[in-house]
Amino acid sequence: MIAETYDVAIVGGGPAGLSAAIELKRRGVEKVALCERGAEAGGIPRHCGHPPFGMREFGRILTGPTYARRLVAAAAATGVTILTKHAVVHAGPDGLLTVATPAGIQTIRAARILIATGARETTRAQLLVPGVRPLGVMNTAALQAFVYQEGRVPFRHPVIVGSELVSLSAILTCRSHGIRPVAMVETEQEVQARPAFFALPRMLGVPVMTDAQVLAIEGSPRVTSVRLRLAGGTETALACDGVIFSGRFIPEAALVEASALALDLGTGGPVIDQHGRSSDPNIFAAGNMVHPIETAGHCWDEGRRVARVIAAGLANAKDAEPDKTPGRRIIAGAGLKYVVPQRLTPEGKGTAPTLNLRALGAARGRLILSDGSGTVLRTQNINSAPKKPIRFPLAGLDLAVDSSDLQLRLEPRP
Amino acid sequence: MTAFGDPVDAVIIGAGIVGCAMARRFSLEGASVVVIERAPDILSGASKANSAILHTGFDAPPGSVELQCVQAGYDEYMQIRKDFNLPILDTGAMVAAWDDSEEGRLPELLDQALLNGVADARLLSRAEVLAREPALGAHVRAALLVPREVIIDPWSAPLAYATQAKALGAQFRFNAGLLSARLDGRLWHLELPAGTVTARSVVNCSGIHGDTVERILLGEAQFEIRPRKGQFIVFDKAAAKHLRTILLPVPTARTKGVVLTRTIFGNLLVGPTAEEQEERERPDVTRPELDMLFAKAVELVPALAQAQVTAVYAGLRPASEEKHYRVHSLPEKGYFCAGGIRSTGLTAALGIARHVHGLWAQSQAASGKPTVAPQTFTLPNLAEHLPRDWQTPGHDGIVCHCEMVTGREIEAALGSPLPPGDFGGLRRRTRCAMGRCQGFNCLARLASLTEGRLSVPIAPEVDR
Repeated sequence: MIAETYDVAIVGGGPAGLSAAIELKRRGVEKVALCERGAEAGGIPRHCGHPPFGMREFGRILTGPTYARRLVAAAAATGVTILTKHAVVHAGPDGLLTVATPAGIQTIRAARILIATGARETTRAQLLVPGVRPLGVMNTAALQAFVYQEGRVPFRHPVIVGSELVSLSAILTCRSHGIRPVAMVETEQEVQARPAFFALPRMLGVPVMTDAQVLAIEGSPRVTSVRLRLAGGTETALACDGVIFSGRFIPEAALVEASALALDLGTGGPVIDQHGRSSDPNIFAAGNMVHPIETAGHCWDEGRRVARVIAAGLANAKDAEPDKTPGRRIIAGAGLKYVVPQRLTPEGKGTAPTLNLRALGAARGRLILSDGSGTVLRTQNINSAPKKPIRFPLAGLDLAVDSSDLQLRLEPRP
Repeated sequence: MTAFGDPVDAVIIGAGIVGCAMARRFSLEGASVVVIERAPDILSGASKANSAILHTGFDAPPGSVELQCVQAGYDEYMQIRKDFNLPILDTGAMVAAWDDSEEGRLPELLDQALLNGVADARLLSRAEVLAREPALGAHVRAALLVPREVIIDPWSAPLAYATQAKALGAQFRFNAGLLSARLDGRLWHLELPAGTVTARSVVNCSGIHGDTVERILLGEAQFEIRPRKGQFIVFDKAAAKHLRTILLPVPTARTKGVVLTRTIFGNLLVGPTAEEQEERERPDVTRPELDMLFAKAVELVPALAQAQVTAVYAGLRPASEEKHYRVHSLPEKGYFCAGGIRSTGLTAALGIARHVHGLWAQSQAASGKPTVAPQTFTLPNLAEHLPRDWQTPGHDGIVCHCEMVTGREIEAALGSPLPPGDFGGLRRRTRCAMGRCQGFNCLARLASLTEGRLSVPIAPEVDR
C-alpha cells in the first residue's frame, strides 16, 4: 500500500537533509518529505550544546541545539513535510521507500530520493580494544545525549580516546557538566586535529598522550581503570570511571547497503558523482555519509547544492531520464584514504568540482592528479593534520577529453 | 538472619542456562524451588556467550551422558518451542575439511554421527560444498553435512524456561551468591548476603564456580573447573549474506574449534577461541586472539576481509579436568550436581534437567507429587527472519535503530515476570544497543527509560 507520493523524499533530518529540503521548497519543488527516524529532526547538532554552529547559515554563532531548532523551524516554514519516527529501511530502484513508523510499515513513493543519514563514531568493538566490557564505555555522541538530552552524567572521571575535533567537543561537554577527563589518549603518533587546538586540554589540565596503546579496559560492573602502553613502552594504569571513544567517523550506511547502492571502501559510504548522485540515478546522497566527517556548515552547504541539482532535474523534462553513463572514475591512490566524489559524469561539465579527500595519517607532501595514461594533470602541495579535510579543485581542467580513470595520490615529502 | 520462608524441595544454585532449565523441570514436576544467583540477572556467566547452535550430538562421545542430554534437549526444544514462540534458523551445519588430514577424518566423523543416531548426516564433495556455499575459500576439500543443526536465540530460550518456572511458583533470588552452607539432618541451610534459604536438597548448576560451590557445600569437590575462555567476533548484518550453513571445523581432541555461523539476529559470528586459564571473573577480549579470529573468518570466507565488526565478547566456559560432563549426586545428602557443562549446554540444558531431576526423583521417599500443568506463554520474537515488533502498528517508536527495538519492547521487558537486573539483561531480552553503533544513538535514552528499574543502573547519577 502506497501511503503517499512525493517529488522528493529525504532520508535523515540533520543539517544536510534539512538544508536540502529547504532549498528544494525554495526552488519550487512542490512535495518534499523529510523522514527522520528519531523523535525530532535536527541531527547531531541537537546534542552538541556548545558553539560554534550557524555562522555560514544564519550569520551568527549558535550552540548546536539552537542551530538545530532554527534549521527545523526553517524547514517547517517552507512547507517541508517533516515525518519524525519514520525510519527508512529500504530505498528501491523504483523510487519506493519502505518506512517503519509507529503506525506500522508504510511505503512512500518519490521521484527522487536523497539519503543524508550522516555518520557515527567508531565503537570500542570495531577498534577491537582489549579488556572487559563494563558500563561507562561510550562514544562522544552518547555522552552528549546523556548530558544535553537526558540531563544525566554517566561518569565523572573518564579517559577520552581520540584527538579529533570531536574529542575536543567531548572535553567541552565534560567541563560544562562537572566531568573531569583524566587524560586524552591518541593511538597515533600525533594529534589528529590541528595542533594549536590542543591548548584547550593543556589549559584544563588534561594530559594528552600520543602514540599510546590501550592495553585493556578494566572494571565490573563499571569502568575502574584503563591500562595503557605509553610512547616509549612504559605501561601504566589510569584510574577512571568511563571511557569515551571519540571520532573515527564512519558513515551511517545501513540503508545504502540494504538498498544495494555501490559502496566506496574508502569512505564506507555510497559512490557518488559530482552532483551527489549514487549508482541509482534517482537516488542522491549528501552530508557526512559521503565524507566522514565535515562540519555541520559544510553539510548544510552540500545539501543545498545537491538540492539544486535535484530541483533542476525535476524541472527539466529532458533530465527526467538522467544520463546513466558511469562517467570517469576518480581513484584514491597511494597515501589517501578517500576521494569524493568518486565519479565525474559528463552532464553539467562546466562546473568542475572540488575534490574532497583525506590522507592516511598526516598529509605532508604533494598531491598528484593523473589520468589513465599516467599524465600528470595537476599537483598541489599540502601540509595538514591527519583528519583535516583536504580540498583539491579541478577548476580549469578539461576533463571531458577522455574517459580513463583519474587517480589522485599523495607523494610524501622526503 | 532472615529466613526466606518455609523449606523448599530444592535450591538451584546458578541461573545460567542449566539452572533455568533445571528450575523449569523441577517446577513442572511439582517440586518447590528457589533459584539463587550471584549476579543481578539470569545468564550472567558462561551462558551469555555461546555460539547459539542447537546441536544434534553428531560428534558427542557415543554412549555418553552428554550425548543423551544433547539429544533429549534437542528434541524437547523442538517440541516446546512453538508454545513459547522460540525461533530456529534452519541452516544445517557443515564440518568442512581444508586439507588432506582433515578430509581423511570425515568418514570417521560420519561413522560417529551415524552411530549417534544422526542418520541424515552425509558427506559432500568439494563441488557440492561450493554449490551450497559459493563464498567459501576455494581451498575447501569436502564436508560432512549435518542438516538438523540449527541456530536458536540463545537468550530467549533460557528466559522462557526461567519464566515458566517462575509462573509455576519457582522463586528467583539475584545478587545472592552463596556465602556458606550447613546440612542439618535432612535440611540444607544456605547463607546468602540477604538471608538464609532452607531446602531439602541442593542442585549445583554454578557453571564456572561449580567446584567452589561444591566445596562450600560438601567440604571438598569431586571435580575441578578449568576455565576455558572463548572469544567471539560478531560481524555486521551485511556480512551474513556470505554464508547460510553453520561452518564447523574438524574437531580436535580438546575443542570443537572455531565456528563461523550466522546468528538468529541476522549477523555473522566467528569464535570461540579455547584458552585455558585460571581466571574466573574476568572474561576479557585480547587483541592477538581477536586478530586471529578475524583472519580465520577471512580464511574461511574471503569476502569477510571487508566486513565491519559489530561486537566482540568473551565468555568463560566451565570446562573441567576431564572432557565429559560432571553430573553426580549424593542422594543421602540431598546433593545433586550438573557441572563441567563446557560447551553443549545450550542444547543439552533441557536434557540435563530431565536427567538430574530423574536422579533427584529416585531419591525421594514419596514421589507422589503430580506433574503440574505447564503455564505457557509466548516470548517476544527477536529473530531477524521472523516478524518483529517494529513491523506491528502501535509501538511507541524505535529506540534502538540498529536492531530495530521499539519503546514497547523495552517497556515489555522491564515489566516482564523476570525483568532484567542490569543493562546486559535488557540487551539480551530486547537486542537494544547490540547493533553496529553499540549505543551511539540509544544509550542515553535507555538510561532514562530504565531509571530506577535495574538493580545495576546504566548510569549512576542524575544531573538535573
